[in-house]
Amino acid sequence: MSTYDWLIQLAQTALVLALAPLLSGVTRKIRARLLRRQGPSVLQPYRDLLKLIRKEAVVAENASWLFRAAPYLILATTWVAAALVPTFATGLAPGAAADIIVIVALLGTARFLLALAALDVGTSFGGIGASREMLFASLAEPAMLMAVFTLSLFAGSTQLSSISAYMLGPGAGVNISLALALVALIIVSLGENARIPVDNPATHLELTMVHEAMILEYSGRHLAVIEAAAAVKLLLYLSLIACVFTPWGTAVAGAGVLACAVGVIAWAMKLAALAFLLVVFETAIAKMRVFRVPEFLGIALMLGLLATILLFVSKVSR
Amino acid sequence: MSLSSPCCLSQLAASGVGVLLALPVFGIFAARRALGSRLIYAACLAVCAGLAGVALITLLAPAARLEPVEIPIGLPFARTFLGLDPLSAAFAVIINLAASIVSGYAIGYGAHAREPQRIVPFYPAFIAGMNLVLLAQDAFSFLVGWELMSLASWALVVSEHRSAENRRAALVYLIMATGGALTLLLAFGLLAGAQGGYSFEAIRRVSAPGVGPIVLLLALVGAGSKAGLVPLHAWLPLAHPAAPSHVSALMSGVMTKVAVYGFVRLVFDLAGPPAWWWSVPVLLIAGITALLGVLYALMEHDLKRLLAYHTVENIGIIFIGLGLALAFEASGLRAAAALAFAAAIFHVFNHSLFKSLLFMGSGAVLNATGERDMEHLGGLIHRMPVTAVAFLAGCIAISALPPFNGFVSEWLTFQAILLSPQLPQWVPRLLVPAVGATLACSAALAAACFVKAFGMTFLGRPRSKAASGAAETDRWSQTAMLILALLCLLAGILPGFVMDSLGAVTQMAVGARLAPQSALAWLRIVPIDLHRSAYSGLFVFVMIVLAAATTAFAVRRFASHALRRSPPWDCGFPDASPATQYTAGSFAQPIRRVFGSVVFRAREHVAMPKPGDTAVARLRVELRDTVWDALYAPIIRLVEATAERLNRMQFLTIRNYLTLVFASLVTLLIIVGTWR
Repeated sequence: MSTYDWLIQLAQTALVLALAPLLSGVTRKIRARLLRRQGPSVLQPYRDLLKLIRKEAVVAENASWLFRAAPYLILATTWVAAALVPTFATGLAPGAAADIIVIVALLGTARFLLALAALDVGTSFGGIGASREMLFASLAEPAMLMAVFTLSLFAGSTQLSSISAYMLGPGAGVNISLALALVALIIVSLGENARIPVDNPATHLELTMVHEAMILEYSGRHLAVIEAAAAVKLLLYLSLIACVFTPWGTAVAGAGVLACAVGVIAWAMKLAALAFLLVVFETAIAKMRVFRVPEFLGIALMLGLLATILLFVSKVSR
Repeated sequence: MSLSSPCCLSQLAASGVGVLLALPVFGIFAARRALGSRLIYAACLAVCAGLAGVALITLLAPAARLEPVEIPIGLPFARTFLGLDPLSAAFAVIINLAASIVSGYAIGYGAHAREPQRIVPFYPAFIAGMNLVLLAQDAFSFLVGWELMSLASWALVVSEHRSAENRRAALVYLIMATGGALTLLLAFGLLAGAQGGYSFEAIRRVSAPGVGPIVLLLALVGAGSKAGLVPLHAWLPLAHPAAPSHVSALMSGVMTKVAVYGFVRLVFDLAGPPAWWWSVPVLLIAGITALLGVLYALMEHDLKRLLAYHTVENIGIIFIGLGLALAFEASGLRAAAALAFAAAIFHVFNHSLFKSLLFMGSGAVLNATGERDMEHLGGLIHRMPVTAVAFLAGCIAISALPPFNGFVSEWLTFQAILLSPQLPQWVPRLLVPAVGATLACSAALAAACFVKAFGMTFLGRPRSKAASGAAETDRWSQTAMLILALLCLLAGILPGFVMDSLGAVTQMAVGARLAPQSALAWLRIVPIDLHRSAYSGLFVFVMIVLAAATTAFAVRRFASHALRRSPPWDCGFPDASPATQYTAGSFAQPIRRVFGSVVFRAREHVAMPKPGDTAVARLRVELRDTVWDALYAPIIRLVEATAERLNRMQFLTIRNYLTLVFASLVTLLIIVGTWR
């Protein structure tokens, strides 16, 4: 593992954190334009974060240490997970130390801590959010894993770098299992990032809300850290889909600086395109009732399972 | 004779069990004083630590073959052999490590027992029984140990005999344990054949043809009922919580592992080479067990019963690994079999750590508040900070979340599942992805379950006076829990060492071993090859710590330091009453609605008073245990009906009895006559 590889990895790690608020700014801007609004600047999320960290943090009287420590751990686990996804270059240094199952599980750790933090103050909103989040996760996480299994069975590896390389190679083609896995992954991404139709990132004080209900008690710097984690998570899912299903342009292991620059531009364009698709989908569909969501996520689970079983039964086994 | 000589080690282990067997006698007298019971627990700690050490040396020693020692006790025609081979050594390490830490906990916790004389003598006997099962190298001493383990734990379950619930639990347990032992007896009988010896050596040598499938079935019933495989799990959530908490920790965290050992010993070692279809019932039952176990746990509001039900789930995960290992081994895919088997044993180890930890934590809570019902707990993180930290570590570990240990074994199981397209048969190929989905589902549900368990018990506001007046538990208990929490983390970030020490075990069970792991960069584990998959718990842990430290540093450097404490915001309507919090029931309600309406036929009945009526509105939830209804209830009805019939025969005249005797004699003679 050369120093150059480590530098690339460091750059990716820094970039996913630095660009995450921009991505949510872009999605908000596109959404506003689609709704015929002017919308705030794409840099607004940065300003929001700055404003929040300058403010006084108001913490409930009976909040424990867990409440104050959780934001940092949530951001840390989400950030590590995002840093493990190849963004503009594959063959990451830690690629050989953590695979895609680890990424899914790290997001699980973040979710676990967030749900606990929501329960800490002992308000009904925290409980409602935590309870629903864990219900959704109980379907979304296996659905995600099933989609991951499908990809892994194709590539004969759970390493994202290898999967990405396989998708670039001649072995990959249009395949029904792959399509099913993509649909499952998209549904899971919507659910896990609290997007419409599962949750609404734009509203507060709505009884159907999940993510916003969990972080209701947070303010100031703690809220800023949690918001940053949410932005990183969205970036992670879009990068993951981009890395696996549109691997073109990504710099391969050991590529030069120029290839990396191309990789960054390709990555940015893919993210922008995916963000556009996401927002178009969001504006075209209505929010679901809470108990419709398990059915929606259940579809993802079944699609993922179907994709895996089709692969197990067909001869493609490596 | 040098210390590391295998024969000497077997003797050491056997004498350790001897000491454990002698301790109950002292326990009877010692239990009268608090110091006496402490001494007994301390002796258990020392002996178990010694046994774990001996077993560890045996496991890591390069000596491939260990001679069992013959003990001059037992039946005249069946010689008794005690000894450690790699398989029993691995389980002996796991079991004695957990048992010694639990004994340390008991030094503090046992002082709270109301009737120590009902606990202290049986506790060492229980541990001795488990160790005897592991050390046994012949069927007779195996079964003696098994029965000692069952009876001693039964006595411990019934130790708080004043509650009718506990007495019922003990009765159900006794019946299930007897049934299980009977099936094991049959299994060994079949294996030994008509004139075979009962030592494992002889059984391996003779291996009667064609008995394999029956032995598998009997082992699934016999060992499976002890381990808690669905549908034979019914006794477990009754009996485990009924015992004092340190015994619950042993029963759930340790005894179920002895049952897994029994299954492995019978099926992987003694029953001969497996056929591919053996894996089908194992995988099927294991998948159902994993999913049902966690759903049962989610519906439960009693902390200890929740943990007991969750043991059922973990046993399912372990048996998924074992089932995969059977399938791979039968198809000659030895490397894959070694991976699946190592994953199962790793999970055995992990579960023994975190389940003991969680039961100890629940014991501390029970002691401090007198409550097991989560609906009456809450806010304990403020009053029991050390217990809370340890319990949180256990919760993260059991939910299979990195960087703790539960994740590693689950990751290994997933890797084994991903190898199964190599299987040549269609049935397991179709079954394995479904099992994988069940495993993924149960892992996610486990996280929900432990958010509920930790959140309702330790977070929020106290829901009762008992919870608001709780105090931290004693130093012994705290230390024991913290050690286990640390072990959970260490096994999670340094899994390579655990994997390497399992090499001899997989070699013995499935005839292959994984490549050495602990020498790889970043201490990562690479089950097959680097391009396929790798995981470094250490790397992930360091990354998380670095990321959290960077964030904390940046926030400290750039953000406002002002912090104000205020009443909760709660959307502007903070409610003073803790009763307005989410409860365990309300937390589980969405999951109950989505999964429970099918599995438990959950129904909600709302009694809403008419407008203007001031009567209280009531919500009643109806859950049915489908397994109990479908399997146990008919059996109980049948037994009762038969007993009712037979009851009439109690009141016959002497003439009728003589007729009956004569008739049965004639019938038997006819049968014997025609048989010839």
